Amino acid sequence: MNDASTAGFQRGSLDDAPVRVVSARANLRTRLTNLWARRELLSSLVFSDIRIKYKGSALGIFWSMLAPALTLGIYDLVFSVILKNGIPNFALYLFSGLVVWNLFQTAINMATGVIVDRAGLVKKVSFPREILALANVGAAVVYFSIQLVVLSLFLVILGHAPAWNYLWILPFSFVALYLLTASIAIVMSAITVYLRDMRHLMEVVLQLWFWMSPVVYSYEKTIAGPLHAHGLAWAYFLNPVTLIIMTFQRVFYVQTTVVSTVANGGIINILPKWPMATYFYLNVSLVALMVVIFLLALMIFGRLEGNFESEL
Amino acid sequence: MTTVIDVEGVSKQFKIHHERNQSLKERLLHPRSGSTEVFDALTDINFRVSTNETVGILGHNGSGKSTLLKCICGVLQPTSGEIRLRGNLAALLELGAGFQTELSGRDNVYLYGAMLGFSKKMVDAIFDDIVAFSEIEHFIDTQVKFYSSGMYVRLAFAVAVNVNPDILVVDEVLAVGDERFQAKCIDRIRTFQEEGRSILLVTHQADQVRALCDRAIVLDGGRMVANGPVQESLRIFREHLLEDAVELDRTGVQVDITIDSVTTPSGSFDVRSGAGMNFDVNITAHSAYSGYFMMEVFTRSGLLVSRSDAQGSPVNLMPGPNSVGVDLPQIPLLDGVYDVNVGIVDHHGTVIAWRERAASIQVTYNGREGGIVELGASIRQQ
Repeated sequence: MNDASTAGFQRGSLDDAPVRVVSARANLRTRLTNLWARRELLSSLVFSDIRIKYKGSALGIFWSMLAPALTLGIYDLVFSVILKNGIPNFALYLFSGLVVWNLFQTAINMATGVIVDRAGLVKKVSFPREILALANVGAAVVYFSIQLVVLSLFLVILGHAPAWNYLWILPFSFVALYLLTASIAIVMSAITVYLRDMRHLMEVVLQLWFWMSPVVYSYEKTIAGPLHAHGLAWAYFLNPVTLIIMTFQRVFYVQTTVVSTVANGGIINILPKWPMATYFYLNVSLVALMVVIFLLALMIFGRLEGNFESEL
Repeated sequence: MTTVIDVEGVSKQFKIHHERNQSLKERLLHPRSGSTEVFDALTDINFRVSTNETVGILGHNGSGKSTLLKCICGVLQPTSGEIRLRGNLAALLELGAGFQTELSGRDNVYLYGAMLGFSKKMVDAIFDDIVAFSEIEHFIDTQVKFYSSGMYVRLAFAVAVNVNPDILVVDEVLAVGDERFQAKCIDRIRTFQEEGRSILLVTHQADQVRALCDRAIVLDGGRMVANGPVQESLRIFREHLLEDAVELDRTGVQVDITIDSVTTPSGSFDVRSGAGMNFDVNITAHSAYSGYFMMEVFTRSGLLVSRSDAQGSPVNLMPGPNSVGVDLPQIPLLDGVYDVNVGIVDHHGTVIAWRERAASIQVTYNGREGGIVELGASIRQQ
């Protein structure tokens, strides 16, 4: 019964092994170190989540594109064909914003209930709990990447060149998007443990949020004028998703001003006519802000996770 | 010897909500309704575990042993105090808790390994051993949801013991699988001990502690009431069990029985192997009680030699001093010292009075057989 498994194993001295401390409250630095130390668990969870979701389905991960494709088709039909909003290449405009929105929405919807759903695991196995929420964000990032590939193919097929000179700003936008999504996902996953309604509330909030972001309409074309008149334009930009979506649209849709396809060829503004530097500074500032928000989210999570055991 | 687990001043409190307001509506409408009670699950626990040590944690249900274990594993954070750990820790808390039933056994081994904190490369290296140990070679690529409960637990155990942790935490999981698999698990634990690893074994089975541990900690009501040699801790554990039994006595009658001493007519507990001996157990009862007499004999290494039938020997105790005679017609034991525990149990088998190591019998043996018992086998060629 003596397996050979221990034969190849050498035991080093434990004297210089690192010491781990379990105490009432881990400080932020410890939390970050723990998260980094368990990054391999994060990637395992991301891929096992994706595999479980599409296990036994014939089309597999392509389902992750079918729903967004349908949304894209319907919105294009409704806004461009039926309502004639006059934005040329509207499908492309829509797609550039939807990739961002899909990542944001999918991740938060999944993560909101994740700790409650995986209570068995949370109560039995030791690991940084925020990894569960981050794994959902990770899965959403994978779907996002696939959609980005499809978007690129779309560009090639349409023969539409992206704004190459703006492309380098995109990583900043993506980092801001990731941190924002992760922060909300982490905090919501913890709050739901105490208030189970959050799942339903979040669905409503996200729907509202969607219409507050310039995905299916153009900010410049529709509400910029009235808001400017009342001096409220800044309020629209309090929504951090707006800037991220606009940056993606600037890169993939490119044109800020276009000739309308309806209404006897009038000129319409689609995107803010900011110079490149403005896009850059705004995005970098957003990243800096999101770093702070992310750390704050980890701290809030740390405070809330202490009573998970008695609430789950 | 390096300290691998250092528990310092650990306390854990739980808030118990008497009315759970988990919906937003409830919270908004009745912000202050529902009382909250603070429950002390652990109070100021201090102990250390070094390399090369197997420590048992004893306690009956609700004594806080699982809470303590969860704190050590990092599943729970203590309310105050801290626990310092050195080296890898693998916990067998609830086997297979990390399993995703939709995934195959193979995927789950990697996922579970990652949860225990081991990299893919490390799991790769021991994957074949894990599969061999779990004995489910044919089903490793089957989804775990199709596994029998035995297969499920065996796979989880196989991962946890094969990742070669420096500290192994075992929580009453040795009851898994069939007897052969249990023997294999005990065998693996012994290998761990030989390799100088630290093991923390949580149980309420005194036999397991006696058989495996070097030292035992006893928890009662969230407090540590003993931390010392196994025999001593077991005595305290039994005593605390008795206190609780008195409190919980269903008839409401306080049963107060003490086992004072065990004496022999000759005054000596030395006996020749094969000879008989008798001894008297002196019991003081404060009220009349009808129960059953029980006796256990252990070797010094903690192996149970014999336990008497719990319902076999009824005794009627009178108020005041009583004497129960025990007659052993022939002791077939070989050379060694054997500890005798005696006690009184009720008709449910619940211990009413107990005395750990009430006597030690010294057996001398002149024959040539080895082991514990003389079988006196006669061999003939046919």
